[in-house]
Amino acid sequence: MAALLEVRDLHAQYGPTQVLHGLSFAVEAGGITTILGANGAGKTTTLRAVCGMVKRQGEVTLAGTRIDKLATESIVRLGVAHVPDGRGTFAALSVEENLRLGAYTRRDKVEVAADTERMYAYFPRLKERCKQQAGLLSGGEQQMLAVSRALMLRPKLLLLDEPSFGLAPLVVQELFEIFKEINRRDRVSLLLVEQNAALALKVADRAYLLETGRVVISGPAEDIRNDESVRRSYLGY
Amino acid sequence: MTLDLFIHQVFSGLASGGIYASVALALVMIYQATHHVNFAQGELAMFSTYIAWSLMQAGMPYWAAFFLTVAIAFVLGVVIERVIVRPVENAPILSVVIVFIGLLVIVNSLAGWIFSYTIKPFPSPFPAEPLFGNRYVSSHELGSMAITLVVLSILFVFFRFTPLGLAMRAAAQNPESSRLVGIRVGWMLALGWGLAGAIGAIAGVMVAPTVFLEPNMMSGILLYAFAAALVGGIDSPGGAVLGGFIVGVLENVVGAVLGTELKLTVALVLIVGVLVVRPSGLFGKVHVTRV
Repeated sequence: MAALLEVRDLHAQYGPTQVLHGLSFAVEAGGITTILGANGAGKTTTLRAVCGMVKRQGEVTLAGTRIDKLATESIVRLGVAHVPDGRGTFAALSVEENLRLGAYTRRDKVEVAADTERMYAYFPRLKERCKQQAGLLSGGEQQMLAVSRALMLRPKLLLLDEPSFGLAPLVVQELFEIFKEINRRDRVSLLLVEQNAALALKVADRAYLLETGRVVISGPAEDIRNDESVRRSYLGY
Repeated sequence: MTLDLFIHQVFSGLASGGIYASVALALVMIYQATHHVNFAQGELAMFSTYIAWSLMQAGMPYWAAFFLTVAIAFVLGVVIERVIVRPVENAPILSVVIVFIGLLVIVNSLAGWIFSYTIKPFPSPFPAEPLFGNRYVSSHELGSMAITLVVLSILFVFFRFTPLGLAMRAAAQNPESSRLVGIRVGWMLALGWGLAGAIGAIAGVMVAPTVFLEPNMMSGILLYAFAAALVGGIDSPGGAVLGGFIVGVLENVVGAVLGTELKLTVALVLIVGVLVVRPSGLFGKVHVTRV
């Protein structure tokens, strides 16, 4: 399989503080890659660097196109959707308007309407609350909305930043089922950042383990899941 | 005060209220998009009015000059955002305030330098006789009120029902998430400035027949517009318009009862009063977020 996203020697910093020290990884077309690591390892920054939301150096290619010099909105227009840390919903706008914004760059109105219905089918709770202000949704519903909004872009690549954070186990399960379905049915490649390593390794096919801005271990998700010493020392379960 | 006089004051209050409403609306446009209060808004409106005047001096018919001026003011707003405001985007609030005050002084002197400080008459597009034979309100007052309401309706439809309007609201609220859905946030802010410029130009052209055209014609009006924006809520376009009419009527009625010297005081009392009692204004959003 060819790589959809390829990252080579990625560096990133916030002001004077270097956070990523030469990261390399790839997401296969149609694959699910997960990036694991403790707090402060640089997981969120990695996603932000891919999208150009933080100052970065290195080589990032999306389906053969260099994107490491592009602005966030241009990267998004190439088909990269990002569900950021903290969800990033438009709190004062309605659920429906949030979804419409997700499809902002698309011009195919009929298809957009069909996709909106599909999101409501994935998450019936959103349909019930489509006229409500997004800021008044529960945490789980907001996460559903953030994921739906990202999917409205019809992305090639979906970046997910800790989608399980703060959610009830049942909601998390539901969400991950949908991630799998999106990946299988729509061939959307996923790059998943998670603290919940057990969960992430179950759905992913490749995993990278980050420690203070460097990849320390990488390989097929299954191998890492089965490697007890890695699990004990890095993943803590 | 007789009833007749009272009704007359209310109507002429509504007429000047329409002007305050437009300028307040322009302030709200920029505040919503950037959380900046544009102190130079009145001067930009004044300068646009001079542009309209020059076009008419050159022989252009009124409405052609009107629409061309609105278009020029829109472009001017966009250019000012790109060239002057953009570089101080991340500067501390005090620097931004100073930039706006600088802009105010520059535009004011520029107008004086180019067009001189002599007061010029400015034509009204509406007939000199009152419409429908009424005794209370002149055609120009009625006409400028109508134009304010038309502008407000167009803006309402634009923000509520068009994708671009939605994108502008989104960019104002959450720039980072807006970039993540592909909105070019920088251009949305410039567009906000453009709209403010256009609305200001309309207000300037509408008020000029009453106050006459001169470089300082907007200074008092800007103060009332601030009062209007605050009364209505600085982040609510509808509130700004209602605030404009409230301020206009209050100012006129109080002026008639207590004497015209106290007119400007009304604006100041309103500004202080609103900030003390209800800082978000009548319609300003008090944001509720569940965490």
